[in-house]
Amino acid sequence: MPDSSAFAPQYASIPHRDHTAELGMWVFIATEVLLFGGLILAYFVYRHALPQGFAAGSRHTEIVIGTANTAVLLTSSFLVAWAVEVFSPATTRIVTWLLVGAACLGLVFIALKGIEYSREYDEHLIPGIDFQFAGPKANGVQLFFIFYFIATAIHALHMLIGICLLLTLATICRKAPTTRHHTALHSAALYWHFVDVVWIFLFALIYLPGRSTS
Amino acid sequence: MSEKNYLTADFTLRSWFFTTDHKRIAILYFASLIVFFFIGGAAATAIRIELATPQADLVSSDIYNRLFTMHGIIMVWFFLIPSIPNTLGNFIVPLMIGARDLAFPRLNLMSWYIFMLGGCTTLFAIFAGGVDTGWTFYTPFSTLYSNSYVIVAAAGVFIAGFSSILTGLNFIVTIHRLRAPGLTWYRLPLFLWSLYATSVILVLATPVLAITLLLMATERFFGVGIFDPRIGGDPLLFQHLFWFYSHPAVYIMILPGMGVINELISCFSRKQVFGYKFVAWCSLAIAAVGFLVWGHHMFVSGQSLIASLVFSFMSFIVAVPSAIKVFNWTATLHKGSIHFDAPMLYALAFIGLFTIGGLTGLFLACLAFDVHATDTYFVVAHFHYIMVGGMVTAYFGGLHYWWPKITGRLYSEYWARTAAVLIFFGFNLTFFPQFILGAEGMPRRYHVYPPEFQLWNVLSSGGAVILAVAYLMPVFYLGYSAFFGRRAPANPWDAPGLEWQTSSPPPEFNFTVQPVVTRDPYQYNEAFEAEPQNA
Repeated sequence: MPDSSAFAPQYASIPHRDHTAELGMWVFIATEVLLFGGLILAYFVYRHALPQGFAAGSRHTEIVIGTANTAVLLTSSFLVAWAVEVFSPATTRIVTWLLVGAACLGLVFIALKGIEYSREYDEHLIPGIDFQFAGPKANGVQLFFIFYFIATAIHALHMLIGICLLLTLATICRKAPTTRHHTALHSAALYWHFVDVVWIFLFALIYLPGRSTS
Repeated sequence: MSEKNYLTADFTLRSWFFTTDHKRIAILYFASLIVFFFIGGAAATAIRIELATPQADLVSSDIYNRLFTMHGIIMVWFFLIPSIPNTLGNFIVPLMIGARDLAFPRLNLMSWYIFMLGGCTTLFAIFAGGVDTGWTFYTPFSTLYSNSYVIVAAAGVFIAGFSSILTGLNFIVTIHRLRAPGLTWYRLPLFLWSLYATSVILVLATPVLAITLLLMATERFFGVGIFDPRIGGDPLLFQHLFWFYSHPAVYIMILPGMGVINELISCFSRKQVFGYKFVAWCSLAIAAVGFLVWGHHMFVSGQSLIASLVFSFMSFIVAVPSAIKVFNWTATLHKGSIHFDAPMLYALAFIGLFTIGGLTGLFLACLAFDVHATDTYFVVAHFHYIMVGGMVTAYFGGLHYWWPKITGRLYSEYWARTAAVLIFFGFNLTFFPQFILGAEGMPRRYHVYPPEFQLWNVLSSGGAVILAVAYLMPVFYLGYSAFFGRRAPANPWDAPGLEWQTSSPPPEFNFTVQPVVTRDPYQYNEAFEAEPQNA
């Protein structure tokens, strides 16, 4: 047992500590579900009230970037899952690289998001900062873009936290991985997958409405 | 007394501000909450003094608005919600389940820092100029018209929310994973069942408040309309989201209070709690149904009649588990060997005040009556009976009950009983007249009123003075006892709970030997056989 002294006195054993940590992450994810849930609920209410504006707003989003980002994020989730699966003291190299790879894909996601934001800025689609959209649906479009920016910004913030987590774990795993780090990795992976799932919902809500009709 | 306990383990400032010991963190919370309680109380006193006369003698209307907002924000978010979970809960939960600490001690410390950050942010907003929106931050007033520090105050509440979430998370995981061998769910003290239910609400409701405040701040900051109807926003949605948190928040306040009362009633009538399983599951039932009643705050807001009827019905339903608890307490008292120690006086006061608060809650859940009573002093009286008469009384009761465990000292029983009686008397004198004022139609949040309301307002203000004195008394006798009180034995109440089986105050990691539980809780007839080993 490499780290018998590494668990705090409130735990009975290493598995006890690990299961406790994992439960903590699940409860945390429950709060996150409610955080995004409140936002998505508000989105639905307004989309129900202003369907045409939301459809028109949705058609002004960059679906190519959005789709690319979905692919990027799913791939990074795959790498993280892979790292959890193969984790052992003998596989530190591959685990480190998988985590670095996943974090890099996360950064790619953020970068693409930045490009998307700057295009929307150029098109005067940012509410509060010189929003310009002519036509009777302007109110709905503006409301759509408020939700678009709030939701994607909160999501991007979660991404940034996740990237820091993954890079920290990559550094630790390169040096001296123990069972404790396997638990940490497992919890971080749960978090990363959750952020990924949120994105899938956002993708469907933001980019797809109104695309099937003109 | 050479043995080291958690208080004497180390004396440096560092050992307090970087501690991961749940007991020390509880003390940190306790100290900060006292400050918030008296700031909020000072605002309440100013409000009551202003209302002693029908004219505006003391403050202008603008200052008055800022005063009641300050009172509401501080009391709700920085006293009532964190009080029992974060002080008594933090201290007692690991002791009650026979654990050496909470599941995530560092997270626990972090949540105190987050709480302080939120508290200081809000205090800054209040002292930099104040907020005049009321504690509910209703849009569009808060986002378009209010000329005050709305964003800063909301940011403070937003930050404090994370502290709530982390504490709730810690409790849930701790109660699931760290129970001592033999401590099955049905052997858990009822205080833990109620804290568990509270934690579920904290974890599931607080994020919705966070997102609501974020949307509100966005609207105010960027001037874009989320709740502003001019561009398609909906002010009702703000109320829905806000009350989706803030109604369950009432149960965040009262459920831990109920949990404390279970311990007190059982201990001081020397009887097992009547209907243990019912009381336990009623906590969870209240938590669950409490999520489905938020619309009763919006009966006159213009929501649909169907919605109002459904919310009215659900509000009646949530009274059922609460009433079950009250009946179980009275059944526990029945034929008990009742000792009128100070904690018991607080518990009995709680039952009376909570019952009045609960019954008037049924009035307000009734759609027809609520339309008449909305935004009158009837509502003010009702929620003060629940939140102050219920929650604060229970908090004081619990504080007295566990005081010997926390400090290792005994307080003056005489002064404690006097304070308890004064609180009960002062409280009723303050808030009962407000029911009458409300029924006669005096609106809340007005600082000028017709002269015919003066009699009841004077009575209420007089009661507030007594209440203020009564609330100050424990500061002195408890403060005195903390340093000069008689040494407390490990188990001064002859109670069977695990927390009494370690020394007072407990050692750094709570138990020298891992306790094993072999009995149901509240076995008072066998309490003497289970005399603590190190009394």
